[in-house]
Amino acid sequence: MVTDPVAEVTRCLYDVMDPEIPFLNVMEMGMVREVVQDGDVIVIRITPTYSGCPATDVIAEDVLAAAKVIYPNSRTEIVRTPAWTTDWIGEEARLKMEKHGIAPPNGQSADKAFLLGKGRITPCPRCKSTDTHLVSAFGSTACKAHFKCNACREPFDHFKCI
Amino acid sequence: MTKAQHFEWLLSLADDALILGQRLSEWCGHAPALEEDIALSNVALDLIGQSRAILTHAGLLEGEGRDEDRLAFFRSDREYRNLLLVELPNGHFGDTIARQFFFDQFAMIRYGHLAQQTFDLEIAAIATKALKEVRYHAAHSADWMIRLGDGTNVSKTRIQESVDRLWPYIGECFEAHPILDAAITSGAMPDCKSIELTWKESVSAVLAEATLILPTDNWKQVGGRNGLHTEHLSYLLAEMQAVPRLHPDAKW
Repeated sequence: MVTDPVAEVTRCLYDVMDPEIPFLNVMEMGMVREVVQDGDVIVIRITPTYSGCPATDVIAEDVLAAAKVIYPNSRTEIVRTPAWTTDWIGEEARLKMEKHGIAPPNGQSADKAFLLGKGRITPCPRCKSTDTHLVSAFGSTACKAHFKCNACREPFDHFKCI
Repeated sequence: MTKAQHFEWLLSLADDALILGQRLSEWCGHAPALEEDIALSNVALDLIGQSRAILTHAGLLEGEGRDEDRLAFFRSDREYRNLLLVELPNGHFGDTIARQFFFDQFAMIRYGHLAQQTFDLEIAAIATKALKEVRYHAAHSADWMIRLGDGTNVSKTRIQESVDRLWPYIGECFEAHPILDAAITSGAMPDCKSIELTWKESVSAVLAEATLILPTDNWKQVGGRNGLHTEHLSYLLAEMQAVPRLHPDAKW
């Protein structure tokens, strides 16, 4: 018997991983905005990261499947406002990214410095050098840019600030 | 704006993104460098994602049970409302970049307005998201315009040819149309002239840096918003729609 479905469904979502960044769960990514009870239904509100991110559909399916194990009468809902931003990615998740070789989003998304060609400093996640350069603003997935470290010569992914 | 006009207007927004996304995806596996292959495919993916959200919204507004797939795969060329510019064949890399540059600047201004208006809040939400993505696209295409224009004699000549060749299709972006007029009257869009002025200002700045010449306005080709397209759209749709039309009830 589930006594507190909102809390228990929320807890299970910490085990639903982002298929593109499998060491981060959907809660850490800030994709689940809220879990609420609506009558006898548990509604999980999800905000998509990128319009064209193929992982979004998979994530919504995984979230629903995980929630249904706890509470069968669950459903997901897509919420677009406010738009997802990398500002919602927590500090712990940023450290995990760095540990896995992805330079985390730096600064606030409202900062347009990157787009004006005044690139912010993106330190190398491996050797921590700040001497790095942008190879391409479009990387291995919609959310990443491709960088290279001038010090250790390693290429690396940078999670774009949006 | 009547519901029918509202629906039609949403189709024009969605179709611009969908058709350009489909066109750009033709570069996947064929771009001149790996980074460009990835970049163009990423841009294509963003555009198709934007069109999916708008088509879903349009289908719900229409209320006849048509979802995004139904609207994308089961409309004929005459029912498509996109600009002619986005359906043109990719040509060489410079042609694709010039078209992308012109469109990105237009899309950035349009989404900027759509994000602010309160006539259609779902479109405002979609535009807020899309704007973040389109800024990256615009930075990328503008960067290439400068590199090619201010590059070698060959690259400069060829990108200027691309600009000149595409120019007759630009006027359609700012052309008055009854559906657009209805959107303007409802406060969903600013008038075409103000979009055109903003567009020309930012395009001129980039072209100047690229040492390229902004062509003078002359004859313009229109028709896309009325469903009167170039022959190229039919071939594109045939490829895009073949599988769902062959297996209309398939689920995946």
